[in-house]
Amino acid sequence: MLEIKNLSVSYGAIDAVKDISLTVNDGEIVSLIGANGAGKTTTLHTITGLTPAKSGSVMFNGVDLLKTHGNKIVTLGMAHIPEGRHVFTRMSVQENLEMGAFSLKDQSHMASDLNMVFGYFPRLKERRNQLSGTLSGGEQQMLAMGRALMSHPNTILMDEPSMGLSPKLVKEIFAIIRKLHDEGITVLLVEQNAKMALSIADRAYVLETGRITMEGDAQDLLHDEQVRKAYLGA
Amino acid sequence: MGDQIIMFISQIFNGLKIGSVYSLVALGYTMVYGIIRLINFAHGDFIMVGSYVLMLTIPFIIACGLPAWLAVVPAILVCVAVGVIVEKAAYKPVREKGNNMTALITAIAMSLLLENGSQAIFGADYQTVPTIIQIPTLALGGLKIDGATILTVLLGLVIMVALQLFVKYTKQGKAMRAVSEDKEASILMGVNVNSTITLTFAIGSGLAAVASLMYCVSYPQVSPMMGAMLGLKAFVAAVLGGIGSIPGAMVGGLVIGVVESLTKAYIGTITAGVITSAFSDAIVFGILIIVLLVKPSGLMGEPESEKV
Repeated sequence: MLEIKNLSVSYGAIDAVKDISLTVNDGEIVSLIGANGAGKTTTLHTITGLTPAKSGSVMFNGVDLLKTHGNKIVTLGMAHIPEGRHVFTRMSVQENLEMGAFSLKDQSHMASDLNMVFGYFPRLKERRNQLSGTLSGGEQQMLAMGRALMSHPNTILMDEPSMGLSPKLVKEIFAIIRKLHDEGITVLLVEQNAKMALSIADRAYVLETGRITMEGDAQDLLHDEQVRKAYLGA
Repeated sequence: MGDQIIMFISQIFNGLKIGSVYSLVALGYTMVYGIIRLINFAHGDFIMVGSYVLMLTIPFIIACGLPAWLAVVPAILVCVAVGVIVEKAAYKPVREKGNNMTALITAIAMSLLLENGSQAIFGADYQTVPTIIQIPTLALGGLKIDGATILTVLLGLVIMVALQLFVKYTKQGKAMRAVSEDKEASILMGVNVNSTITLTFAIGSGLAAVASLMYCVSYPQVSPMMGAMLGLKAFVAAVLGGIGSIPGAMVGGLVIGVVESLTKAYIGTITAGVITSAFSDAIVFGILIIVLLVKPSGLMGEPESEKV
């Protein structure tokens, strides 16, 4: 379980996240929606230690993440697929996936783990020896997801997985997210594509200029008049 | 005519010998640049540190009945220690607080500190390093190649191949490549970025120590300033090959070495004495400028892509 309480984050004088509280229960898909600059990415970055918090707490299965070194968080079972994919473009597809398993002490299951990822994303198998910088945006998103799966996570933070992808690819990616959910993986999903994000989620939070303004059942939010006007263009 | 060819081949080998030294030092520049985008101007001075360690420890090692070249072990240890201390004490705090320019100035300061520090300890004069190794000269017909030359070139090749394999196939090597490309993503993979940077400095400094052995085998003299010009040429080699590229550093070093050697041997004859071999350094730098005009990213460097 991921439990954020009264978290505030600032960049110098600018408060990016103001006193937010948010919970993700085991096995849930929770979406965090909001406009550009609302603080969604900052929230994820603070959870995985890339950005320091100003105040508040972030507990993950009893461990205080704000006191944990960024590179140790993946060993707790939490993977973070960053906005813009951040694949290692000068490394091959397979090397990227191997980097995903970097945190595992036991590296002997590499071959079977690679096959597990290739099961989700057959396209990556075809391109395993290709430099990942030469992949299309959709393939890079698949690679970033596959790389995260290599660390055997129980919880995955996903930042804008649909960004820049064709509607068909967005559907493919969301089908994979649903599949991961069915296998018991907990997902915290940050999305600008609010419709997709609310359709797939169990619960959701709406972030507006650093504050959570709404929260609740995803289906309810999907049909909420205010949310529809602000985020669904209806 | 035969003599001419023999002379030419000997000059090529001379170039490869000094070029191997440049290559090993260039690797240190290029690896550190690759991972933290810093030109470590103190890197050339690590050769000087290594050479003084050789000078001081060889008599002791010989007295123990061991071969003199084993002095490279303490040289590596000291250079690695100096490299890691410089990174931890000077570069890391500046990197976290300042910008690229402050880090660069700090690197120049570290270089001056090492040069003036050794001058204070050992004096400014040249001192002689005891004979490290004596290998018979290889004679192929009229061609005579110094044993030390062959050994230097071979050792350089072995180290470069080993380094390339390390970076390509080992877990730590992949982590180094990952950190050099994307620090945040590396953290998310569980890579300890700081210890990876430290490892990079350690490897680069260790290679400088090996380079000091290779250098002192052929030119057994040390002085506090010896690292300045060697380091500068190795830096040129790294830029020529494409800074950040490991194969580039190797190729760049060998090219600079051979060009320098051939220039020294032939420039006077070719230009009928108008340009003398005293200009060889200027010619080496001139070549760098021409190559960079044609291919700004260096011989084997990739064009720097804009970070999104």
